[in-house]
Amino acid sequence: MDAAVHDRSPQVEQAPSKGPLVYRQSRWTRLTHWIWAFTLFFMLLSGLQIFNARPQLYIGQESGFSYDNTVFQIGAMNTENGPRGFTRIFGHTFDTTGVLGWSGPPGQERARAFPSWATIPSYYDLGTARVVHFFFAWVLSATLLVWLVAGLLNGHIARDLWPRMKDFRRLPGDIAAHLRLKFHHAREYNALQKLAYGGVLFILLPLVIVTGLAMSPSVDSLLPWLNEVLGGRQTARTIHFTVMVLLVLFFIVHMLMILAAGPINELRSIVTGWYRTDPPGSDGERSP
Amino acid sequence: MAKFQLSRRKFLTAASLGASGLMLSGCDAFDSHLGMGDGLRSFLEGANDLTHRAQRLLTRDALAPEFSEADIRQPMRPNGVTAPDDATYKALLSNNFADWRLEVTGLVEKPLSLSLDQLHAMPARTQITRHDCVEGWSCIAKWTGTPLSLVLDQAVAKPQARYVVFHCLDTIDRNQSGDVKYYGSIDLIDARHPQTILAYGLNGKPLPVENGAPLRARVERQLGYKMPKYLVKIELVSSFAAMGGGRGGYWEDYGYDWYGGI
Repeated sequence: MDAAVHDRSPQVEQAPSKGPLVYRQSRWTRLTHWIWAFTLFFMLLSGLQIFNARPQLYIGQESGFSYDNTVFQIGAMNTENGPRGFTRIFGHTFDTTGVLGWSGPPGQERARAFPSWATIPSYYDLGTARVVHFFFAWVLSATLLVWLVAGLLNGHIARDLWPRMKDFRRLPGDIAAHLRLKFHHAREYNALQKLAYGGVLFILLPLVIVTGLAMSPSVDSLLPWLNEVLGGRQTARTIHFTVMVLLVLFFIVHMLMILAAGPINELRSIVTGWYRTDPPGSDGERSP
Repeated sequence: MAKFQLSRRKFLTAASLGASGLMLSGCDAFDSHLGMGDGLRSFLEGANDLTHRAQRLLTRDALAPEFSEADIRQPMRPNGVTAPDDATYKALLSNNFADWRLEVTGLVEKPLSLSLDQLHAMPARTQITRHDCVEGWSCIAKWTGTPLSLVLDQAVAKPQARYVVFHCLDTIDRNQSGDVKYYGSIDLIDARHPQTILAYGLNGKPLPVENGAPLRARVERQLGYKMPKYLVKIELVSSFAAMGGGRGGYWEDYGYDWYGGI
């Protein structure tokens, strides 16, 4: 049963609808979570500004000017109906006027890959975006390191995130429950949560840092194999961008899940650490 | 069933609320705090010093990757000024740079004035490297030139010299105080790096005008804006604070980081 539904029917079953409060999120989890939320917001918007300086992604070491190795492009072109914005993915072109390629207030539209409202600064300024991006890159990396050390020492990673056999057995059931918007409220993460959080923390964030470093010509002199492993500097840049898209998708799903599972309870657990679980005996209860 | 429908309605309401929240990120809110000289910006710029120190500590004399002839698949992409409009430059170009000289001045024991022939007569280095532009693109090309360290050895840097400033012939900007020529600077560690050359050759031919003829810098562990074209003077200084906007280069004066290794 969904606890959120019970909250809406106070005259019946109010008491049994509430399970015990459990201490779910350690202070390290809560602190690093909010630093990342803040940091990734600035990294995303400054990163889109940096992308605007060269709104094209390539495969390989270099960018093809005399040949075509472009896999993604945002641009503007003149048509019979005036300038239009377009987005081209693997040769498939989509009209994205108003958002990607050609955007701005009515009468002041301009050629611009990502629109003004999605970039820091809002006007075109590559130098400033790089200042913002690289500052938060240090914050992101340091926070990930702190989280990793804390998570290994306090057992959070081994206990809460590392997938076990039972998680794989529960996966089909969890998917079915999520599709029916039925959420269990337990101290432990369900299989989909482990996959999503683990994927972000162990794959996406390390990969976005590594591909970011691979674009640095100085790092490239220190670790020349890095770009070879990644498929070349421009491929590293393409992966960097792709990971960004995946992180944004994670964020959207993360927000929807919180809203669907009961935003007050979810927010309480990531602010105070305390989480209201399903009442004992409900079908949402989990054996520990 | 009723419960499920309620929950779905709640979900949809909440979802649309969340989506509209995403659209509200009006980012001009930060614009006013990120201008040059603003306190917040200066604080954020401190991270670049950290990057500079960390990369210096770790990379030391590491060489930028070099590539093979087969990796050169296209002409070198020119960027920035590609045809200087300056009378001085055009006059030099019309004479095929026979009257051009590279002045080596500032904090040196023996100021130099080198012709193109003199540079050609010095030991040369050829390297196939990847040019990384701050904008995000890359291009592989073969560069031939005189190691800057050899020129510095001839001129003999004074002990207080810390930076090499590249002065250029091309006007990149015009403002109230007149023409602004491109300039840039690197420290002596990068200046003495074996791959830092004064390039006069590109892909086996003399350096074309659009790529910086007759001479341009190659600083392979940094981004393209740190490698000025159309060189005319190399000046050794202890500080660039009194030069231009005081930040060590044309683009730096517009807010680019002085250290371009990332």
